[in-house]
Amino acid sequence: MRAFIPVEDGNTLKAVQGVLRRLLESDLIDALMVPMRTPAGAITPTLVTDPALLDQADPLAPAFPVNSARVLGWMTQREPRGRIGAVMRSCEMRAMIELVKLKQACLDCVTLISVDCAGTLQTPAYQENAAGNAERWQELFAQPDGQPAGLRDACWMCEKPVYEKADVVLELFGSDLSQGFQVVLPDSLAEGWGAGESSASHSADGANSTRARVLEELVALRSGRLKEVFSEIRGRLHDDQEGMAGIFAACIRCHNCMTVCPICYCKTCLFKGPVFDHEPIQFMQWAERKGALRLPSDTMLFHLTRLNHMALSCVGCGMCTSVCPADLPVGRVFRAVGDSVQSVFDYQPGYNPEEMLPLVAFQEDEWQEVGQ
Amino acid sequence: MSENGYEPRIVAFLCNWCTYVGADLAGTSRIQYPPNVRVIRLMCSGAVDQVYILKALLDGADGVLVGGCHPGDCHYLEGNYKARRRVVALNDILESTGFEQERVLLRWISASEGQRFADTITEFTARLKELGPSPMRRQWAV
Repeated sequence: MRAFIPVEDGNTLKAVQGVLRRLLESDLIDALMVPMRTPAGAITPTLVTDPALLDQADPLAPAFPVNSARVLGWMTQREPRGRIGAVMRSCEMRAMIELVKLKQACLDCVTLISVDCAGTLQTPAYQENAAGNAERWQELFAQPDGQPAGLRDACWMCEKPVYEKADVVLELFGSDLSQGFQVVLPDSLAEGWGAGESSASHSADGANSTRARVLEELVALRSGRLKEVFSEIRGRLHDDQEGMAGIFAACIRCHNCMTVCPICYCKTCLFKGPVFDHEPIQFMQWAERKGALRLPSDTMLFHLTRLNHMALSCVGCGMCTSVCPADLPVGRVFRAVGDSVQSVFDYQPGYNPEEMLPLVAFQEDEWQEVGQ
Repeated sequence: MSENGYEPRIVAFLCNWCTYVGADLAGTSRIQYPPNVRVIRLMCSGAVDQVYILKALLDGADGVLVGGCHPGDCHYLEGNYKARRRVVALNDILESTGFEQERVLLRWISASEGQRFADTITEFTARLKELGPSPMRRQWAV
């Protein structure tokens, strides 16, 4: 079911908050996980039970401090307590679906509420002027092909800005956001939303075709950028002088990329344990074997292992790039490598929670030449 | 020693039930094969995490062999099928990241195939001699 949400006095955020409040007040949801604006101006995912507090909700602000699939996983695995409405961006939704397949999250008690995303800013850039930047979604939606200062690299080349398989979809692309926007709702909610709001079927059709056209253009543009990035990064990976080791030359193995990665959930990850606290003699032996030993050691092993363990599920949220203190193109490498290995298994992460992970599933009669 | 003094070093991860026993049979049958292989026994080829292979390659192993039971023969029913997918993924990732995927070989060798084990080591050693020493032998910045 579709409903048209009118915007009053040009205050789009207030209309969005109104939708969220109605969802939280419905029988469908006990609590809402939504980006909230803290008194200091930072945006952070928050679990809200009091509808009155939703005047501080701000899912439009172009801030992306954490991929909220990580935190939603904590609240939905084992025995969930209560039904959660999760307000997320496309890349967060897709990460959530991968976590479900990894058995680190569960959708049984979750209503996915997707908000179109026009892009987000690096957290430090956002925080420089949090109050002003909170409004910059307007410029991002008006010119989604632009390159505003501080835009996250992953958003600049994001070819999946909307997630339409969610239970509720706030369709912001293709609408005049100063006037109103469309919301897709489950039929179970139809009653509460009134026929009056959804009656404007003629304008709904118009909005849909505008939305389709806007998205088509945007996806084409972003896919083009992505293609260029893939070709650039693949060139560097195969460059005799630079190569993988060159790209990651400045890595300090801080593990930030792993810590923020929504897919890297393993509590027993070998990089979190004492495996790499080598004995002193070990460092000496390695140094003697090759004549020298780069320190900190095992940086390449770290990245190659992570590529092997998670690139098949990489949804391209780019948090890894955002948090890298050495400003390495971690996300670009993972997307390019992930794109290749995903195509080997004809696998598209982030859409079908019933689908098995490629390294868990198998068929007896595949790749029969391997091993012979 | 070959003419240029290069002898490939192969690290082999062999499953306990098939390939390790096959290697044992090659030995007890006194079948000759090049002494270039260092064997590590695991319970199943499905227990070979990619990180083991990567660690060996980055530390300068010229080749890595993963040996498991033939499809359908896995002691744990499906470990070798999963090993196969892992090696397929690993090889694609190695290719994407500019490494030589010819240095990783998966081979099914049963407990009764001592000759096949010896042949595998002979072939792989010859192939690695053609390829030359792994660049990782001297690459300290990884």
